[in-house]
Amino acid sequence: MTSAQTTTTTDDVVIDCKVDKIFYGDFLAVRDSKVPIYKNKITGFIGPSGCGKSTVLKSINRMNDLVRIFRFEGNIHFEGQDLYGATVDPVSVRRNIGMVFQQPNPFSMSIYENVAFGLRLNRYKGNYDARVEEALRGAALWKEVKDKLQNNGMSLSGGQQQRLCIARAIATKPPVLLMDEPCSALDPIATRQVEELMIGLKSEYTVVIVTHNMQQAQRVADKTAFFSVDISKGGRTGYLVEMNDTGKLFENPKEQLTREYLSGEFS
Amino acid sequence: MRNTPNFDKSFTEGRALKSIILSTITVSCAILACIPLFSVLFMLIVRGGKRLSFELFYALPPTAFDTGGGFGNAIVGTLFMVGIAALIAVPFGIMAAIYLAEFGENSKLAEIARFCAKTMTGIPSILAGVLAYAAVVMVTGTYSAIAGGIALSILMIPTVMLTAEESIKMVPSIMREAAVGMGCTKTQVMWKVILPVAMPGMITGVMLAIARASGETAPLLFTALFSDYWIFQGGAGDIMEPTASLAVLIYNFSGMPFENQIELAWAASLVLVTMVFIINILSRMLFQKKK
Repeated sequence: MTSAQTTTTTDDVVIDCKVDKIFYGDFLAVRDSKVPIYKNKITGFIGPSGCGKSTVLKSINRMNDLVRIFRFEGNIHFEGQDLYGATVDPVSVRRNIGMVFQQPNPFSMSIYENVAFGLRLNRYKGNYDARVEEALRGAALWKEVKDKLQNNGMSLSGGQQQRLCIARAIATKPPVLLMDEPCSALDPIATRQVEELMIGLKSEYTVVIVTHNMQQAQRVADKTAFFSVDISKGGRTGYLVEMNDTGKLFENPKEQLTREYLSGEFS
Repeated sequence: MRNTPNFDKSFTEGRALKSIILSTITVSCAILACIPLFSVLFMLIVRGGKRLSFELFYALPPTAFDTGGGFGNAIVGTLFMVGIAALIAVPFGIMAAIYLAEFGENSKLAEIARFCAKTMTGIPSILAGVLAYAAVVMVTGTYSAIAGGIALSILMIPTVMLTAEESIKMVPSIMREAAVGMGCTKTQVMWKVILPVAMPGMITGVMLAIARASGETAPLLFTALFSDYWIFQGGAGDIMEPTASLAVLIYNFSGMPFENQIELAWAASLVLVTMVFIINILSRMLFQKKK
């Protein structure tokens, strides 16, 4: 680790994500996108379907490695270390960068065990009960489940399941939390709860959220990255159009394309 | 102009009539399908039931003109050999299933293994006996419980493997993703997340395979043969001696010209069917509890 990171503007960047090209087989999915992720901020990725925002997100914790034909060109630096370096074990990357998925996906085990899962995985030696409670409180779920911790996590409602997944992800206190459209399967009330939760998590975590919902980005994100799709060369290649503080991006976008998207001229 | 539609039920209309006839046929077929099982059960209870007593479970088989007797040694022999078979087939089948479902899903090897297993499920069971005869009996020079267990395991492996593969594949992929996202290695994903969820389905497959193996006669004729004595009566070395089983006892006794033996064959059939029945019910109960 070198302290003299000259590549970005501020020291506040925890993940410096520079995508040159992302391929699925021969298909160029994303090109030329530089997305710095700032510490203790919520960064929102918005853009039309197929613009590669989820692909970029899943590249950060190397979830895309599950796709056999996935190929990444570029580099993603996490506190100075290249996550795509030759010696990097994707499993260790994922233990340090938590993820919450689009569909709530609790394990078929008790609520308690769901939250303790990451702790056991990391051979945590401390007080499990305390950490589980802390994580469930952090996910604003404690009050609802404290009397039924031994019930199966899948018996909860959709919104509760998603908050359980957030609790599971934060139990190990990963510095960065990735969220891939975490509210798209939730009703408006549950969505609100999860949004409030995200804002609350900011003080301790760095959050990156992919969302289809521009209002959601405006409500929660400090920084917003707008991706779009380039269909000029026959393919469908996503790229970063612009990234800025959320307020500035929405009020005064620099790019014509961003302005058109935000005003609903295409989606 | 439009007529007011008629919503009344009509049985004279062609499609309604056709629907009634076809429904009736399906119901009758379903009932017909139950008849063989129930008639077999009925016969067993009537003919085997009257001989049911405690003596059956602790006595040894009678000789030609004897009265009384039982088949305790055959029950123990069946349980023992099915146990050996399960000990071989369960780990083997499940390991192979894990490979088929998770690691080599689309590989050539998986394709071949899957094809072989499917073919094996349809192979006559006597061939498993012949194979074990050649591979074990001829090599060791004796009929034995081990040879019988191996023959039965050959029949069990494909069932265990294919049902386990299905159960593993039924685990929702979002759960897999969650586990990978938490930083599980492939092995941890398997052991901590997928196998516990797939377990009830795999147990059902194992139980079905055990139930089938318990009733097999042909593979044991060539491998375990039969014995009129208790296994392990002469010590642990008996594992390499001919061993009694319910299926072979039924086969032997039903062909004898003695009333006593024929009655015992009926009673043994009833006991065997009851054992299989209990195994099936247990597997169902396990499956539903986990759900």
